[in-house]
Order: sequence, then C-alpha cells, then structure tokens
Amino acid sequence: MQFFMDPKVLLGAKLLECLYILMGIIAGYAGVKTLFEKEHKAKIGTAVFWISLAVVLAFGRWIPKMVNGILVVVMAIPAVLRQVKPGADRSATKAETKAKADKIGYKIFVPTLMMGTFAILFAVFTKISPLVGVGVGVIVAAILLMVFSRDNKPTTFLDDSKRLLDTVGPLSMLPMLLAALGAIFTAAGVGQVIASLVGKVIPQGNMTVGIIVFAIAMPLFTMIMGNAFAAITVITVGIGGPFVLALGADPTVIGMLALTCGYCGTLCTPMAANFNIVPVAILDMKGRYNVIKNQLVPAGIILAFQICYMLIAK
Amino acid sequence: MIKLIGVAIVILGFALKLDNIAIILVAGLVTGLVGGMDIVKILETLGNSFVANRGMAIFVVVMLVTGTLERNGLREMAAKLIGKIKNATAGMVIGAYGVLRLILAAFNVSLGGTAGFVRPVVMPMATGAVEAKHGSVDEKHLEELKGMSSGMENITWFFGQVLFVGGSGALLVQSTLKGLGYETELGALATVELPVALFALVVGAVMYFFKDKRLSKTLYGQKK
Repeated sequence: MQFFMDPKVLLGAKLLECLYILMGIIAGYAGVKTLFEKEHKAKIGTAVFWISLAVVLAFGRWIPKMVNGILVVVMAIPAVLRQVKPGADRSATKAETKAKADKIGYKIFVPTLMMGTFAILFAVFTKISPLVGVGVGVIVAAILLMVFSRDNKPTTFLDDSKRLLDTVGPLSMLPMLLAALGAIFTAAGVGQVIASLVGKVIPQGNMTVGIIVFAIAMPLFTMIMGNAFAAITVITVGIGGPFVLALGADPTVIGMLALTCGYCGTLCTPMAANFNIVPVAILDMKGRYNVIKNQLVPAGIILAFQICYMLIAK
Repeated sequence: MIKLIGVAIVILGFALKLDNIAIILVAGLVTGLVGGMDIVKILETLGNSFVANRGMAIFVVVMLVTGTLERNGLREMAAKLIGKIKNATAGMVIGAYGVLRLILAAFNVSLGGTAGFVRPVVMPMATGAVEAKHGSVDEKHLEELKGMSSGMENITWFFGQVLFVGGSGALLVQSTLKGLGYETELGALATVELPVALFALVVGAVMYFFKDKRLSKTLYGQKK
C-alpha cells in the first residue's frame, strides 16, 4: 500500500503496477479454476504453472529477486514435464455466436479496436506506458460488451480468458523467458565473445556491411531455430550491437527491423511448425511444404525491402 | 569461447525440437556457471529480468476480452465484411482477408487462425468464388488456394502485429537494446514498421491475386 500512497512515485508507475496486478488476477483465476475442474488431466501441474506465474506478475515488484527466480523455475517445471494442459472446452456454440452476431452486428468492431486505440492514445498524448493504454482499452471494451448484451457478465470474461490461456499454454511465456536468457547472456559476457568472433570475419567500422550481415543473419538463425524471438536476443548482442549500433546507427530502426527481417526467415522454415506445418494438416493439404512454397518469394522480396530501408534510414 | 556453449544449446535445442522452456533454462544455467556466476546470482538475474519484462504478458489482459468478442459474433461479422466484395475471384477473397487480418493484427486481435477462421470461412469463400466461375474446383488449384490462404494468414499476422504499440516483439527488442545501453520508445518502434507492414501486405496480395488468376486461366482452359 505504501507504494501506491507515496507521492514521489509517478502515476504511470502506479498504473503499470495496477495492470500487472490485473494480469496476476487473470492468470491466478485460470489456476484456481483449474483446481475445481472435475475432469482435468493435469490439475496440479496446470494450477502450479498459472498460480506461480500470477504471483510473479502481481507481486514481483515486492518479492526479493531470488524468490522471483525460484518462482519462475517452479512455474517452468510442470511446463517442461508437460503437465500443463487445457481444461474442458467451453467455447460458445455456432448457434450462440450466430445469434449474437445478428443482434450486435458490425458494432462488435468497436470494442475490438479499443485496445489498440488506447495504446496509441497513451503513446501519443501521455508519458504513461502504452501498456496501461491497452489495459484501459480492455476495460472499455469489456464495458461495451456488457452494454451490448446482458449475457456478458464479469465471470464470462474471466472464463473466456481462462479458455484462451489454456489454448496458448506455457509457450506464451517464451518471449519473457528468452528476455531473461538474454539478460543472463549479457551478465556472463556472451556478447563480447560473439563480437570478437564475428570481427574476424567481417570488417569492423563499415556500417553498410554490418547492416547487411545483421539483416541476413537474423532470418538465417531464425530458420535454424524456428523462432525469431530466440534469434533476436543472440544476434542483436553479437552482431547488431558491435557492428551496427556501436557505429552510431539508429537503434529504433535497426533493432526493430532486425526482428521483422527474422520474420522473413520464419516464413521459410519448417522449424516454425505452428505457422508452416500445422496448417498443412488443418487444411488437409497434400504437399507438406506447400505453405512454405507459397511464402518463399514474398519473404525474399520483403527482406530485400527491409535491407534497403535499413540502409536508407540508419 | 566456452561462454558460447549457451548459444550452442539454444541453436541445437530449438533445431532438434527439444522442449523450448527446458532449453532456455539449461542454456541460462550453463552460461551463468561458465561465465562465473553462482546459482544465487543466476536465479536473481532470472527473477529480475522476468519481473522487468512483465509487460510482455500484456496478452493476458487482452485475452480478458478477445474470447468474449468471439462469443459475441466477431468472426461472423468479419466473414460478412469480406463477403461484401462483389464478383470476387478467389485471389481477391484471400487479399481481402489479408487486409482485414493486418488491420486487426495491428489492434492485437486474431480471428482464430487457420483452424478458427481460414478453414471454416476463408476457404469456403475462395472455393465458392471459383465454383461460381468454373463449376468445380481443380485439385491443383484447391491445393494452391490453401497454400496461399495460409501464406496470407502468416504474412499479415507477422507484419501486422508489430504495428501494435506494446506488442511482445517490440517489447523484446526494447529490452534487448536496453541491455546494450540503448533506450527506445514503444510508439517509435511500431511506427518504424508501418512501411514494412504495408509493403508486405501489398506483395502478398498482389502475388497471390496474379497466381490465382494464372491458375484460373491455365487449369480450366481446355474444358471450355
């Protein structure tokens, strides 16, 4: 409570903590609700996962660093043991959604666009994090949905979010875990080692060469790993930092475009099975690589566009 | 050199399709140990970074409404919107879906992916357009339409999501750059991607439009 009463703490920081507490409530609800499900295949593991996540999200600020680290490991254990599973599917039937669509109509797009709209408004007009804007947008959207239909009660929202959390599962934590891995890499000095290695191959001090190598290394490593998020932490520290940014290039342009250069790699690799192989099964396609084949040319063109963009806007 | 063992673990682990979370934990532990950190320091770094990056879990908050939006007919209305195009070819249906998906992705909303939207909505509309013109759909054409729909789905999702201010991609870039000592703003990171997203949409839509047109011409030529 002291934190929220302290006049020295900025309003934005307080609101951000409120947002994290809201995240914790949603994740915690998913965990506790799981405990009460009768026919759940992995009740304990699933509950441990979501509840320890909820504690770190909501109270991480006030918990000692090491305890947070232990909680993250505790959260990861059931995930690694494959003991985090979805509960019974309670999504709406076709008849229900059809009836709602007939009643609400195109108005449904208004709450749909609220999160993005408020994020932009907060980014442009306030010094508060746009993430708080997303949170405000969610609340506005929820209120609109309650106005549109009396069937939308607070528990409807919580149950629906539990269903979606069940679908995305532990892999949704990948970006945060990768960021943590990046932090450990930095603390252990991995970046310097890669930089000295790469320095033997490409000339230092030439920004154009640096950008091209960075922009091509991203999709290549993404294709091997199947995940641009895993590639960006390693490649930015090893190549982007010492060979491009250290020479004075714009970190916003170079750092961000490197990620989307990596996405071009995602379009070309069977390692990104979720995007490129699973649809083959869902759509009953004959050729295992027919999704990738349709993406190769666009990926190449978009990558070339981005390299030119980086060279011009550096 | 030995410090690179963590990088090797990540690359090999992902490439060998081992459990992603296990790979990250092992890579972190091993790198920390060879880099001279003790277990306490490694756990502290892990906990500290995880808490500092809680913003990446923003999707948890967004899910509070996305599921209920679906429940209230979002997919039905999206399908109705795409269906408004008159005399559409299959390529145009796929392109229109791309436009809608890119816009929604920029607002961090998905219509349900391949299983939730492409299979039940986009494919029937695309094949319906072909049937209206040729009577039936050639097998090769059908296969390519499936491939193109999935391609459109992926391209617009990847490049649309980066337009969302506060998306997880930008947050990861921001935290990586911060580790190197560079401060960036989320709004600016999203703005940078605007030309890329528009370019990607146009490339995908135009390519698939002409590919469908060519298939439509060559595959049904002899029958008429």
